[in-house]
Amino acid sequence: MIPTTVNGLKQIPYKGVGKYKPKGFKAKPPIRSCTDYPADGNKVVKNLREALKRCGIKNGMTISTHHHLRDGDAMTNLLFDTIKSMGIRNIRWFPSASFPCHKHLIKYLEDGTIHHIEGSMNGPLGRFTSLGKMKGVGVLRSHGGRYQSVQDGEVHIDIAVISAPTADPFGNANGVTGPAACGLLGFALGDSEYADRVIAVTDNLIPFPCVPWQIQGNNVDFVVKIDSIGDPTKIVSGTTQVTKSPDRLLIAEYVARFIEEAGIMKEGFSMQAGAGGTNLAFAVYLHERMKEKNIKARFIRGGSTKYLVDMLEEGYADYILDGQTFDLEGVRSMRDNPNHINTSPFTSYNYHGKGNFSTMVDTAVLGATEVDINFNANVVTHSDGYLLHGIGGWQNCLFSKCTILAVPSFRDRIPVIVKEVTTLCGPGELIDVIITERGIAINPKRKDLIHAVKNSGLPIKSIKDIQEEVYKICGEPQKPKVNKNKVVAIIKWVDGTVLDSVFQVVSK
Amino acid sequence: MGKPINKKENFDVRSDCLVEIIPKTSGGIKLETVSRVESMFGSSTRELLLEMCRFFDLKNAHIIFEDGGALPFTIQARFELTVKRLFPDVTKEYLSEFINANNYKTTKDKLRRSRLYLPGNESKYFINAGLHNPDGIILDLEDSVSHSEKDAAQLIVRNALRSVNFYGAERMVRINQLPRGLDDLKYIIPHNVHVILIPKCESAEQVIQVELEMEQLKFENQIRNDIYFMPIIESALGVIKSYEIATASKMNCALAVGLEDYTADIGVERTLEGRESYVARSLVVNAAKAAGIQPIDTVFSDVSDMEGLRESVIEAKGLGFEGKGCIHPRQIKVINDSFAPTEKEIEKAQRIVVAFEKAEAKGLGVVSLGSKMIDAPVVKRAQRVIHLALLNNLIKGNWRKEIL
Repeated sequence: MIPTTVNGLKQIPYKGVGKYKPKGFKAKPPIRSCTDYPADGNKVVKNLREALKRCGIKNGMTISTHHHLRDGDAMTNLLFDTIKSMGIRNIRWFPSASFPCHKHLIKYLEDGTIHHIEGSMNGPLGRFTSLGKMKGVGVLRSHGGRYQSVQDGEVHIDIAVISAPTADPFGNANGVTGPAACGLLGFALGDSEYADRVIAVTDNLIPFPCVPWQIQGNNVDFVVKIDSIGDPTKIVSGTTQVTKSPDRLLIAEYVARFIEEAGIMKEGFSMQAGAGGTNLAFAVYLHERMKEKNIKARFIRGGSTKYLVDMLEEGYADYILDGQTFDLEGVRSMRDNPNHINTSPFTSYNYHGKGNFSTMVDTAVLGATEVDINFNANVVTHSDGYLLHGIGGWQNCLFSKCTILAVPSFRDRIPVIVKEVTTLCGPGELIDVIITERGIAINPKRKDLIHAVKNSGLPIKSIKDIQEEVYKICGEPQKPKVNKNKVVAIIKWVDGTVLDSVFQVVSK
Repeated sequence: MGKPINKKENFDVRSDCLVEIIPKTSGGIKLETVSRVESMFGSSTRELLLEMCRFFDLKNAHIIFEDGGALPFTIQARFELTVKRLFPDVTKEYLSEFINANNYKTTKDKLRRSRLYLPGNESKYFINAGLHNPDGIILDLEDSVSHSEKDAAQLIVRNALRSVNFYGAERMVRINQLPRGLDDLKYIIPHNVHVILIPKCESAEQVIQVELEMEQLKFENQIRNDIYFMPIIESALGVIKSYEIATASKMNCALAVGLEDYTADIGVERTLEGRESYVARSLVVNAAKAAGIQPIDTVFSDVSDMEGLRESVIEAKGLGFEGKGCIHPRQIKVINDSFAPTEKEIEKAQRIVVAFEKAEAKGLGVVSLGSKMIDAPVVKRAQRVIHLALLNNLIKGNWRKEIL
């Protein structure tokens, strides 16, 4: 069931992959003139409050932030403390993603400072939303979908507040230097170009020029210096350790073997790898196989980590085209290696671009919370119905030439391979291979892949067989109890249509 | 009486569960559950608990159940355990489902290159163990189970033998040191155990005791399939008696050595180089070979050192061992691969065997390869290499056609 109106805006239901193409013109930011800005280039104002005031903050505005500081982000919490203290209400918060550190904002969701979230609702925010406590309806978009929604005018950003690990008084900013260095600021790029007003917030203000200028000062209205934008130990950490679980390692080994046996690993190939224990391990195993066969990739799309940087530095990849850096080695490499390129959702994923990178990648290895027997997959809710994760670049990466979901067949007693997903986030027609510790299922429409690995000795099974084996072990799970009359969030497809709804969980 | 609960210190409830039963004199059964998987399995689990109350004739009790996502066979074992700790006279068994996939047998000369030890009270590690392709999976009732949890492990292992898919691996259980180990047998003999590991074995008498108890249980339960023994030599006395032990029963399929206890017994540090145990290991190999069973080496305990493991297997193979223990699934592939004959060994063996067969066909008494004469033991060794290559899927049954 998909609502036709969400937060007062009319919605278009999902029509199929590549079916919906809006016409007309893209959104545009207001005209500004350089004469309105200080000739000496100094846009520094004394604090966030002053910057927000001069941006003309009002009730009901849309304010955006970005997740490149991940769970170490301190700026967003400070921002909403400030907004609250100004007595502003009903903000539409438009983050590129949220993290557990943002549970601080629950009190502002409760008291009406924030009306609703359009971005991701992770951890505690997901729980809050799932229980139906948010005033508006959450909107979950992919990284590409976020750019699309700004470009086709669905989301108009009133004020973009960009955390900048380093900035100059003019507003040039980057993420490769400074105490809170996080790599790149690609998620904030579109906001800096399309928002009415842009504030750069830094804890490392340096004299002009700040180079490289990943965010151009020419798009920035005000610069604010604060003590600390975030905790560096939490900015680049977490999902960056190779798994020690023997079952996850087995999955990772199957992934690497599959990529080789299917003929994808050939001179000049490309792939997308992210963070998460299994994903890191697969990169390590594939690297070994590439060494053995002396095969080099043309480019790797990250989520960069030490393990991808190793491939680049050992000459097994010409380029890393990076969407975000997950560890300090990634930050170092991006800063020092000209072949480690910073990208944005515009270059990689945007639906309204004249093409993007996602379709050019030979294989993308991704995760999921659930996959069903029609290859449909879920990344946002768990089988108990609670929102727990954002979509990230996941939907966008499904467009690779061979999309592989590497997942355990069940976690604890909770089946991951299920009869029907709780929430649809990715249509099965785009998902080619499911790799679990119990076997590998290839989408029947990919006869070429089925043929290629026929004699590989890999444990190829039907998705149905894996699902039945899992239900035999775990038992058949009951569906979560939800209130079908209350939609708490919607899942957008990459083109802006509504793919599915998330319902209020009825707690015991 | 202490608190009737199966809880132990620092118990990790994830993928497991805790059951507490407080008997009452009236009021019926009151269930209080906290579950990670409530929305998916809450009501089916409550039904199971109530069914078990009926089975054990529990009419009035307050039952507190904390579920971290335990599978039914674990829930059943933990509940039964709590009942039996509370009422030690209860002998009824609530057996979990015996799955069809576990209906297979083993043979005395099966390959036993890798055998994976799993702690008997940690059922969460059992579920996927077979997916890593060990030759054998050992559910351990001995050293990896604390003294206070021996009764828990017996029930968990019993149910696991019935309900966990071993994916074709040989189904092994290490019982406790005798005499305690004799009490373990009734939890495993009726449930298609393939091989019983007898730890700290020091006499033929101990093997015979296990055999007698096994025969009795097989008779009572009408079990017909063969169950084999693998005595483990772990002391100076055991080493000295190893031949007697190896020949104590026709059900012995292998003789293993355990070096942690052995080195402690002779009062030395266990070193990587292993000079201190060289004689013991060789004696065990000799005893096993003399008895016509497989000599099996100790475990390699550094799970992060795969290169060290590989070298240690090659060394063990050089001494005559045919298998090694593992304590982590990632060790399995390294062990299986390293025990297999090398390409060079196979090629040489193939030439010898072909030359031998040709000479035999021509009725020649002497086998020669090129200008070299080949003795009978060399042929025998070559035949064994071919046998192993076949078992390891390194050559096909029709290899003679391919090399001609």
